[in-house]
Amino acid sequence: MKTFKIIVLAKQVPDTRNVGKDAMKADGTVNRAALPAIFNPEDLNALEQALRIKDQFPESTITILTMGPGRASDIIREGMFRGADDGILLTDRAFAGSDTLATSYAISRAIAKLGKFDLIVCGRQAIDGDTAQVGPQVAEKLNLPQITYVEEITAIDQKGITLKRRLENGVEVVKAPFPSVITVTGSAAPCRARNARLIMKYKHAKTVSERQAANEDYLSLYSDRPYLNIQEWTVNEVEVDFAQLGLTGSPTKVKKIDNVVLQAKDARKVEATDAEINLLMKELIDSHAIG
Amino acid sequence: MNNIFVYCEIEEGKVAEVSLELLTKGRALADQLNCKLEAITIGYKLDEIGKQLFPYGVDVIHVADDKRLAPYTTLPHTSIVVNLFKQEQPQIALMGATTIGRDLGPRVSSALHSGLTADCTSLEIGDHEEKKENKVYKNLLYQIRPAFGGNIIATIVNPECRPQMATVREGVMKKEIRSASYKGEVKKIDFASMVSPEDFVVEIIERHIEKRKVNLGAAQIVVAGGYGMGSKENFNSLYELAEVLGGEVAASRAAVDAGFAEHERQVGQTGVTVRPKLYIACGISGQIQHRAGMEDSAQIISINNDPGAPINSIADYVINGNVMDVIPKMIKYYKANSK
Repeated sequence: MKTFKIIVLAKQVPDTRNVGKDAMKADGTVNRAALPAIFNPEDLNALEQALRIKDQFPESTITILTMGPGRASDIIREGMFRGADDGILLTDRAFAGSDTLATSYAISRAIAKLGKFDLIVCGRQAIDGDTAQVGPQVAEKLNLPQITYVEEITAIDQKGITLKRRLENGVEVVKAPFPSVITVTGSAAPCRARNARLIMKYKHAKTVSERQAANEDYLSLYSDRPYLNIQEWTVNEVEVDFAQLGLTGSPTKVKKIDNVVLQAKDARKVEATDAEINLLMKELIDSHAIG
Repeated sequence: MNNIFVYCEIEEGKVAEVSLELLTKGRALADQLNCKLEAITIGYKLDEIGKQLFPYGVDVIHVADDKRLAPYTTLPHTSIVVNLFKQEQPQIALMGATTIGRDLGPRVSSALHSGLTADCTSLEIGDHEEKKENKVYKNLLYQIRPAFGGNIIATIVNPECRPQMATVREGVMKKEIRSASYKGEVKKIDFASMVSPEDFVVEIIERHIEKRKVNLGAAQIVVAGGYGMGSKENFNSLYELAEVLGGEVAASRAAVDAGFAEHERQVGQTGVTVRPKLYIACGISGQIQHRAGMEDSAQIISINNDPGAPINSIADYVINGNVMDVIPKMIKYYKANSK
């Protein structure tokens, strides 16, 4: 039976969807610390598509690859609790300040180190930037076909993969060869819940840095159970051209950031009484705004 | 050389609205920079495409016309655009922030190592100083977009790499004909040398493109609901008001994410931009990415039980109250008093 080696690209993001009032500092800048760090929602949709392939071909493997600070290992564990086999955290100060192109470059170098694979699956976009660029740029850097806006894998066999794409006003069904990069939209099936057995199995999974910080006495645990080792790669573990990393490798520069300041208009206050609403509606009808 | 290029999306021979809007913006930028506006058209049976494009002030149309190039697929279109850009060295390249533009744009930017900014809400020309290198760049494209959940507005520049690439959503820029008799030239792209058989490995098996059900852009009255509506059921009162007034129902991203309304009704930076005569915002707090999609409305009514909702600061009328109480009153009055 065919088995597939699948790499899921995931990102830990601040939860920008529900930015409350305490998320803004007094000076009007964003208080990132006040936003919970979460598994980027569409990357979870992507993980589910990978898990479905593994359901069908149980010998398949799923590796989660994420780039970010040390705490991003949380989403690797989160992925393992749902059925991923292992994970790699790509973390180094040299990656800081990367735009999408420098990010894609770093990720593509890590993938090159991973060796042979059949599929790269990732979310269409991350909620902190909404750019939808990293998936296609990784595909280009690896010289692979890309299938974006995927809603469902409809068939998969040795020869190729058939996918349904969700477009603005319709759907498209395409067939792609291996290996390919696919990006999954939020309208795809939601990711399955954590599995209690997998939580027990992987709850102590850690990166080297985390193990050192925890100063644990059970180091034998990690040699006895190699699956508990989350790999942690710095620039030293991947072959890179430093000129293409971080700020230096980013063609786009942020020229300036403006905090959003609302300029109050002279709004007319209308009470929610019959009389005031009727008066407002009358004015709107008389001025032909409605009717 | 160093002109402004717009990639034009074509569906069954018709150029997409977003491409015409970008040509209009591209024309204005070209006038400012004193350069030419060029259009890229890749597809099939494009003999007559000039009729649709030249009136927008297009100086050159590049055409790659072949059966295998329509409908759009990533690899052949990327190969053609990348090679054309290598030849022509544009300074600016614009694409729609559509499923096509957002598939093609990043691939092209990666191949050329040129920066790309997604979902811009404004494009301007200006100078930029790199203090560390003591260098001043003249006439860069300012790519302006909300970022970080819309709490900030970022201005992005690409000082060194060309082309400066940006995607823009449909409806953000205005479409305007320059002159019905504008004259330009058509150039055939020698695409046979640009695409390889491997570019056709992804095969389209089926394709269903439907006419859009909801046309928010054309609606004169928009009744929009936010997360504050509380439920999908409560949205029914918005549909009722919209039907009575002859308008269309829209939603904020939070309401769409919560499942209160379908994605095609989403107004904002990552949705549709609207400029109706009247925008009625119901239970919408008004994050900037939402306001980016509606703040040019002629009149705005906000119905909200939070007097401090940010949307109130751009509203003409603020009704402080519960949406579910207010809307029936509006419907009742309108039914009794409209002609």
